[in-house]
Amino acid sequence: MATAAPAIASAPRRYPALIAFAIAQPLGAVALLVVIAMALAATFAEVVAPYDPLDIDFGAMLAAPSPDHWFGTDSFGRDILSRVIYGARTALAIGLLSSLMGCTLGAALGIASAYFGGKVDMAIQRVVDIFLAFPIIVLALVVVAILGRLPVLGVDMNLVLAIAVPIVPKVARVIRSSALTIVTMPYIDAARTAGYSHTRIILRHIAPNVAAPYLILFTAFIAQAILLEASLSFLGLGVTEPTPAWGLMLSGSASDFYREAPWMILFPGLAISLAVFAFNLFGDALRDYLDPKFKT
Amino acid sequence: MAPEAGAGQALDRADHSTALLRVEDLSVQFATSRGTVRAVERLSYHVNRGEILAIVGESGCGKSVSSLAIMRLLPKQTARIPNGRILFDGVDLLTLGDEPMRALRGRQIAMIFQEPMTSLNPVLSIGEQIMEPLFIHLAMTPAEARARAVELLGLVGITDPERRLEQYPHQFSGGMRQRVMIAIGLACKPKLIIADEPTTALDVTIQAQILELMQDLCRRLDIALVVITHNLGIVARYADRVQVMYAGEAVEQGVAEAVFADPRHPYTEGLLRSIPRLDRPKAGRLATIEGLPPNLLSPPAGCRFAARCPYKVDACGQEQALLPVAADHWSRCGRSADLHQGPSGWLTPAISEKPVRADAKPMVAVTNLAKHFEVGGRLLGGGVAVVKAVDGVSFTVQPGETLGLVGESGCGKSTVGRLLLKLETPTTGQIDFEGVDLAGVEDQALRDVRRRIQVIFQDPFASLNPRMTCGQIIAEPLLVYRLVASRQAARARVAELLGQVGLFDYMAERYPHELSGGQRQRVGIARALAMEPRFIVCDEPVSALDVSIQGQIINLLEDLQHRLGLTYLFIAHDLAVVRHIADRVAVMYLGRMMELAPRDDLYAEPLHPYTQALLDAAPVPDPVVEKARAARALGGELPSPLRPPPGCVFSTRCARATDACRQIVPTLEEKRPGHWVACIHVT
Repeated sequence: MATAAPAIASAPRRYPALIAFAIAQPLGAVALLVVIAMALAATFAEVVAPYDPLDIDFGAMLAAPSPDHWFGTDSFGRDILSRVIYGARTALAIGLLSSLMGCTLGAALGIASAYFGGKVDMAIQRVVDIFLAFPIIVLALVVVAILGRLPVLGVDMNLVLAIAVPIVPKVARVIRSSALTIVTMPYIDAARTAGYSHTRIILRHIAPNVAAPYLILFTAFIAQAILLEASLSFLGLGVTEPTPAWGLMLSGSASDFYREAPWMILFPGLAISLAVFAFNLFGDALRDYLDPKFKT
Repeated sequence: MAPEAGAGQALDRADHSTALLRVEDLSVQFATSRGTVRAVERLSYHVNRGEILAIVGESGCGKSVSSLAIMRLLPKQTARIPNGRILFDGVDLLTLGDEPMRALRGRQIAMIFQEPMTSLNPVLSIGEQIMEPLFIHLAMTPAEARARAVELLGLVGITDPERRLEQYPHQFSGGMRQRVMIAIGLACKPKLIIADEPTTALDVTIQAQILELMQDLCRRLDIALVVITHNLGIVARYADRVQVMYAGEAVEQGVAEAVFADPRHPYTEGLLRSIPRLDRPKAGRLATIEGLPPNLLSPPAGCRFAARCPYKVDACGQEQALLPVAADHWSRCGRSADLHQGPSGWLTPAISEKPVRADAKPMVAVTNLAKHFEVGGRLLGGGVAVVKAVDGVSFTVQPGETLGLVGESGCGKSTVGRLLLKLETPTTGQIDFEGVDLAGVEDQALRDVRRRIQVIFQDPFASLNPRMTCGQIIAEPLLVYRLVASRQAARARVAELLGQVGLFDYMAERYPHELSGGQRQRVGIARALAMEPRFIVCDEPVSALDVSIQGQIINLLEDLQHRLGLTYLFIAHDLAVVRHIADRVAVMYLGRMMELAPRDDLYAEPLHPYTQALLDAAPVPDPVVEKARAARALGGELPSPLRPPPGCVFSTRCARATDACRQIVPTLEEKRPGHWVACIHVT
């Protein structure tokens, strides 16, 4: 009764995942390089940055870009290049943490909604509806205003939470629809007939199968979170002076001096655009790469 | 070499005056990221005017691809035709420009696809879709086109055509949609229709209606028909000539009667022997074609079937040509003469009778089981409609027995399976499993019961978690239920289970997508066995598999039953498979049990008119028997389960139905010893 083994399709030539990704999605690979560069800059900011971002130099206030200060200085004479580099640290920390928190919570709700169905689904989805009715920025404002600040290791956890909250309902919606197709699969029925616990079925059989949409949402919402952090900081509800943060660098004294010193807003603005653009592009490329329909 | 080998490579077997379509030396290749797939190799055949040619073969043998090549519908980016000619009425279609080809499609050659549910456009009315080719190809006026559309719908047996022209596809059943597809195909009076598995998605009684219709229309209108199918019964009943394909090559061609009576290629012979027969009592194990078809990225040199062939000799390593073996009969086998003389190389070992304890206490006793689903307010007034998927079904399963549960789609057979598995909760009724009422068990008791009742699903592609290796899938129940002491012990047990289902232990490392359909089904079986169950619900376990793989899985299930003393509920729509594997057979229709009898009694003397119709509708793979038989009688459609007919649910389609049938709901009664029937006419 043995089956002939050698007839199995011979393995195709396999490239390492990163190279295969670069071949399939060249634009995505460029975006990935930008993301990696940002991550390196943020991690090794002390080494990379030419100045201390908090160093005030009244002798070089509003200095134009020069070999000494590549991106110029702000109204306190602080080096803008250094502040942009340190700002990446703030942006990435808050972006990653809040996207992770929002997407994970959203995915958990989405899967629970799809798996348990019925009244649980009804309750979760109505709450999601209510949250979706508010603009993201308003929702974040409310959370920040109510909770105040809670710094942990230099990161304001309440700010992270404020940015994560608007992400949750959106992710819950998307993951629910993905999970709905998974819960009807026979292998889920097989797991149920095996008498496995709900926890095991959800963690072992459903969650890995919604990993692809989760990953894509995660990268896309990092970009959103960075943007939201910048917006909140610009409105004075996010990161506070003198911490270097991109949104904050656009507000405050920058609005008084941007005519004389446009570099004060130009470079942090570029940094925000580039980061958002890179994460979005990378997320799109990752979606296409992971979707079997896009493979020939 | 065949005795008639003197004819050499000569392929001018077709009479030029009658051959409508001649495919000569056609190869089709696909460029993929893994390399070049040689999907069709040096294929030659012809179809005469008004003739029905059947192309048979398993999935991936190139039968659909070669037909798409005729229609020039292959994907332009990846498909390549390195050599060959396709002559239609003397014109080479491969050199034809795009514009004349478009004029030909739908006008001269029509195509009918497998899936009637998706091959009609849902936003256009039936009338618009039938009239479209009339406007395009024949430049008819709207009035002419409408008249022709009405005529066509009448031709394909759709009543009240005037009104139905205005309707949309969702208002038609699957069988009706396929009739509409045929009407569209016939619209411009084509000379050739290519039907790619036209009835595979349909129920057996509907399949018979559609095929009778197609055969009749082709004869009457002198249209040549190419039917692509994997069902040898259909070939036997409807085809004039048959072409058998394997791994991209034609392996045998000839008149249907000759090919079935005297197959000259081992693959054809193997196929014929590996299918369970509806018309014969069970003789023993099925002969099986072991192994898998070759990978078309790098097909073996010489005969492509050699690796699976019991007639294999050294000479099979050389290239084999399609040579004539008799008048209008060709085979691509060097030993075709040996096949003619016999004895057969395929073994059908007998099996010992298994110990069914008919007198013992039943393992499963189902009493008055019903499952009603509420369907959201579709009825006028916003009321909730109720679908009675299962409506008062009772049966028992004895220890060691296989109970076959058959019926067409929507009859509730799968719901019965899901109720037994506790995937659904019954609306009313009891399910007694080894003395425990399944409706009442919860928590720990439920987990104990779960271990003893397992399931094998239909679709081997969807029943394994794609993110787990086969080893993890099989080991999971062992670890969750602590059936093994350690991870090492689990690995050893997984290897043992893989061996039991005929797989190798290195396959534990593989992910499901790296395995073939049959291998995945074996992993599914191993997963069920890991629990050491006593009772297994097999929900259409072989219907998604190729013919040669079906036989392997059926034999495996039988072996396991003997070795491990398992009890099966075998849910299927294929009556031949059930005849082979089941000890007793239950027939369901629209949620009710129609007949329940020991296998041999049921097939020898079916008492219920529905069972008779079912058996009559399924063609058997024997052209002599099939062509001597009258056309199938059972007409009509399955009634909507939302509005089942009063009285006997089968009364709307039953030839024996009387007024009494439409009022009295017949109960299942023992009309003969052990033979239960729900029909007031059976005494």
